[in-house]
Amino acid sequence: MIRNKISMLVGGEAGAGISRSGLLFAKSCLRGGLCVFGANDYQSLIRGGHNFYTVRACEEEIYSQADKTDLLIALNKETVLLHKNELVSGAGIIYDKEEFSINPEDVESKDVKLYHVPLRKIAKELTGPQIMENTVALGAATALLDYDLTILNEVLQDTFKEKVAQQNMEAAKRGFNYVKENYGDNFGYKLEKTKLAGSKRIFLTGNEAIGLGALNAGCKFYAAYPMTPATTILHFLAPLDREYKMVVIQTESEIAAINMVTGASYAGVRAMTATSGGGFSLMAEAIGMAGMTETSPVIVLVQRPGPSTGLPTYSSQTDIRFAIHVSQGEFPRIVIAPGDVHECFYSTVEAFNLAEKFQMPVIIISDKYLSESNATAEQFDQNRIGIDRGQLITEQEYRQEEEYMRHRITETGVSVRAIPGIRGAIVRTNADEHNELGYTTEDPVLTKKMNDKRFRKMDELIKEMENYETVKLYGPKNADVTIVGWGSTKGPIREAMKIINKNGKCVNFLQIVYLCPFPTNKIEEQLKSAKMTIAVENNKTSQLSGLIQENLLMTVDHKILKYDGRPFDPEALAKQIMEVL
Amino acid sequence: MVSLNDLRTPKTNTWCPGCGNFGILMAFKKALIETGIEREDAVMVSGIGCHGKIVNYVNINGFHGIHGRVLPTAQGIKLANPDLTVIGFAGDSDQYNEGWGHFAHAVRANVDMTLIVHDNMVLGLTTGQATPTSQQGFKSKSTPFGVIPPMLNPIAHALVSDATFVARGYSGDMFHLKNLIVEAIKHRGFAFIDVFQPCVSFNYLNTYAWFSKRVYKLEDENHDVTDHKKALKKALEWGDKIPIGIFYKKERPIYSDSLSQVKDENLTKLSKQNIDITSAMKEMM
Repeated sequence: MIRNKISMLVGGEAGAGISRSGLLFAKSCLRGGLCVFGANDYQSLIRGGHNFYTVRACEEEIYSQADKTDLLIALNKETVLLHKNELVSGAGIIYDKEEFSINPEDVESKDVKLYHVPLRKIAKELTGPQIMENTVALGAATALLDYDLTILNEVLQDTFKEKVAQQNMEAAKRGFNYVKENYGDNFGYKLEKTKLAGSKRIFLTGNEAIGLGALNAGCKFYAAYPMTPATTILHFLAPLDREYKMVVIQTESEIAAINMVTGASYAGVRAMTATSGGGFSLMAEAIGMAGMTETSPVIVLVQRPGPSTGLPTYSSQTDIRFAIHVSQGEFPRIVIAPGDVHECFYSTVEAFNLAEKFQMPVIIISDKYLSESNATAEQFDQNRIGIDRGQLITEQEYRQEEEYMRHRITETGVSVRAIPGIRGAIVRTNADEHNELGYTTEDPVLTKKMNDKRFRKMDELIKEMENYETVKLYGPKNADVTIVGWGSTKGPIREAMKIINKNGKCVNFLQIVYLCPFPTNKIEEQLKSAKMTIAVENNKTSQLSGLIQENLLMTVDHKILKYDGRPFDPEALAKQIMEVL
Repeated sequence: MVSLNDLRTPKTNTWCPGCGNFGILMAFKKALIETGIEREDAVMVSGIGCHGKIVNYVNINGFHGIHGRVLPTAQGIKLANPDLTVIGFAGDSDQYNEGWGHFAHAVRANVDMTLIVHDNMVLGLTTGQATPTSQQGFKSKSTPFGVIPPMLNPIAHALVSDATFVARGYSGDMFHLKNLIVEAIKHRGFAFIDVFQPCVSFNYLNTYAWFSKRVYKLEDENHDVTDHKKALKKALEWGDKIPIGIFYKKERPIYSDSLSQVKDENLTKLSKQNIDITSAMKEMM
């Protein structure tokens, strides 16, 4: 009997509520005190096709999806055919044999147990919509796992309006009872409440964490154009805009979004936009404008495979170079790459502080896997990072001794910022090269001076970054091999490390959180003593290795690259790493 | 109250002698004085092109942005701080080529701001290519055999997009233009003025003499500015007689009227400290 360790997959066609049921199951595991990870795989279509959601729940901390399935909820035959090879020995399949049959040879492993539940019949009896088949199946799964149905009921109650919740609870009960009556204790997996049950942990996606970070940081203006996988930030913030006194706008284009956000930032408000590669391409010019005018927009770049439209609903890490070099000319910017939901939250708060403090655009780079997978987190500490608006003068503080200069040349490169409306200060800025007052200039001496002024901010920033966790080391300091990576590969890498270390090998993982300015010194410190280095990335050209080579004059020994649009499977990754060892 | 002297800047004006932009500049300064708006309470936003330099020549808050993006930048500023008077300045290629996508949406949104388009029917700063308002057959460096498509009609486009203030001015009639700008600034909603502005260097066709012979004032004909059909008819007039003045004016809720969150206080005044996100986390449990 395997206790409190399960990997469940629910699959069916798009439009059947697959991710919703996965999420409901995941939440009921969360509330029982388990640690949960949920990943959503869907195609770029609205109905039909194949969608699946995997839920992994465990008593110990987990960081990624699993590549093996213990329990499969198959709402159509395709789900069985596509996922049969992932089933472990002793796995179970919940399905409706009145809808489709499963040939024994379809499930290669003889140990796979088939659990027929009349999903459609029960759903129909309840005269509910057909979609309730899912809920019947969730009830059935709860019974198979000998888990507490009241937890699922609570989740249903909190998710749906009363009448729908009642229907769903009835559906779950029927599925639950059917399994109890027909199969008893037949399944080899059990879930039970842990001592963490009832603790107020949360289960959220990277995009939701970024949205929460923006709210907490006092972002008051969000403008964006829908683009997968960045869209759910818009979906998250839009219904909250009244409560949090924020303007959330769906603009006519990404170009409009970034220009609006930059305008709002000039006007003195913390402002953010988000998009994916194509939209980011459109934003390129205005990001340069933000650099030149020294305004402070925060831009979230959620990567998906490209070039061009690529795989719109899948994942990749192919845009580091694009982010750190975006727009013509030279100007300082910050690029932060969070690797999990905690970092998505705290990095976003940091992004707003740094943007205003150093008066430059900040790019948060994420990807589909991180942005749309759900992970367990402790409730975020809302006061861990305070609000630092940098050298911003208020009306009361402004003393009119001399003419206000928006782009005053200072030792640090940072000019005191006034926002338009303050008595006596004229706030003028300019996308053309300009003098301290913001007037256009073509003077060669001034051109150099203003360039130097802007880049002095970068020097200051690099100094300040010494105090930030720009890199993080996981695992023992001295290891046989050091893995380097950034962004969402963090989860699968940490899972793979657990597997490798169980096999008696010793690896550690250097996560690079800040990509620009590149934390050269800190990386060097770690890699200098490393016996062997492996870069793990979701791209073809190992962009991070390139940056390490460029900045440290050091070659990464091995590269493990995956660029099929799918995240790394921890077990497969562990195997690949061990092959190198 | 500002004076002409307050609005002066140290920047040497680099427009060509006789440029139509001078008329717009002076009309705008006089309009600012007449409306009594303080320098700190107004923001001018400009795009790229000869017109864009105007930010250098008026001593009020200013954002000289990039080509074609005056409207979203100005909208961002206005929504962030509705207490500011926001005036966008754009060129005809700036707004009607690169910025065209933003135009229909800004008109629709009815954000409370003014847009003044310096329309000289040619690209000046890039030394004389055709723009969307260049007349059919107009020969330029980029259209040596004459412009092929008919000219774009921004007035008619604004009208069919449910604009709430649509006007046309002529920089050769500075006093009339000044009055239009005053009306536009006072208008609650998106106010659009297309301004004929002769380019003395590159537009050999639409000259001061050409315009002066043709333009006539709508108010002289007792044009009813509340009559949408009539306004559209007037918008289609082109040839020997071309109307200037206010084509159409109406009241319609401005964008922020539907945003309860900015009703009491502008966004810049809201505290950024200690924002409690507990309720936003509720659904994640």
